[in-house]
Amino acid sequence: MSPSNIGFMIYLKQAWLVILLALVYGAGLAGVQVGLSPRIEQNKKDETYRVIPDLVPGADARWIEETRVPVEGKEVLVYRANTQAGDPMGWVVPASGQGFADKIEILIGLDPEVHTITGVYVLNQKETPGLGDYITGIDFTSRFAGKSTGERLEAVRGGAVKDNQIDAITGATISSNAVTSIVNMAVETLGGALRERASGKGKSG
Amino acid sequence: MNRDEPTAGERFLNGILPENPVYRQLLGMCPTLAVTGAMKPAMTMVAATAFVLICANLMVSSIRHLLKPHLRILVFTLTIATFVTIADRFLAAYLYDMSKQLGPYVPLIIVNCLIISRCEICASKQGLWESFADAVGMSLGFGLALASIATVREILGSGTWFGLSVLPESWPGWGVLVLPPGAFLTMGLLIAGVEWWGARQRAVEKKSVRKAEAA
Repeated sequence: MSPSNIGFMIYLKQAWLVILLALVYGAGLAGVQVGLSPRIEQNKKDETYRVIPDLVPGADARWIEETRVPVEGKEVLVYRANTQAGDPMGWVVPASGQGFADKIEILIGLDPEVHTITGVYVLNQKETPGLGDYITGIDFTSRFAGKSTGERLEAVRGGAVKDNQIDAITGATISSNAVTSIVNMAVETLGGALRERASGKGKSG
Repeated sequence: MNRDEPTAGERFLNGILPENPVYRQLLGMCPTLAVTGAMKPAMTMVAATAFVLICANLMVSSIRHLLKPHLRILVFTLTIATFVTIADRFLAAYLYDMSKQLGPYVPLIIVNCLIISRCEICASKQGLWESFADAVGMSLGFGLALASIATVREILGSGTWFGLSVLPESWPGWGVLVLPPGAFLTMGLLIAGVEWWGARQRAVEKKSVRKAEAA
């Protein structure tokens, strides 16, 4: 046996239990995830329906249409809030990105032509309690409502001056930046496709 | 097996009061302070922690003869993290609102020293039965501690218990108790109370021993 092989055998002798456990636990967790994720996704969808009226002013949970929009070769699920007659009132777009601690999932409300952001809601986050988790508060999310999509938004410290600026939360600049860039990203990637759908009116969706 | 180690019954009883994880060992302070504003989140946290503690103790106990001393902490952490992730997914699937309310505190069970200390002190040395009794006793102790703090905070802070109204409408609700400072105030006073009671017990015992010696 070559020396490098002997070294490897020594490692294996020491670490075999850790390696074996990691594999067994990993398989177990994959099973749990597969088994539970449909239910978790359903929970998120229920919550989305609950908050859509806050994100698209005047929307009614009864006239919401789920539709898929192709983005970069993938189909993305978006929600279209309609009037009773079927005319579009606005869009709600789920989007996510990396926050300070973990993935942040948000919902973004947009007007039919994607000119204006009508609301933001944080669906899921694990940011620092007492600092970063203020992104879930209405105090913060309301800072996005009414912003134009014409320019990229930016989170700034110490008071927003320009129209495209969002006042960041003190002590949670990274979390504030994360939400802002998730919004920008979603507007950039989905804006065009949503505009087309809105002008094409009707249920084709 | 080491004959000096406590029996299953002793392990069980020790966890509840004599070695209470919160009042005696001051372990697991993060959930103790963070989620005791009301009974519901506190008891959900206790249930999740108990599940992880029992599973981790049983798992570690069953592989205790295979553990390498310098890799044992790694194995403990791996085991605990796995069961915490299972608990977290179950909460997200079946108690979605509670899971959102507890937020990062569920994944933070991984770093609850109570659990890793039981793996180290009991499960890596004793059999399945002793480890199980130890985990159940410690979970009960942890549950009692969180319940006592949450009861004080929820009743005096919001006038409710488990969300049910228990104080008359005229109760103003001491809002500060529901806020983070209330956690420190309540816990400090309760620990002082438990210490005072313990000191009194010891004084009484000493007196009776002295009397017996004198007689």
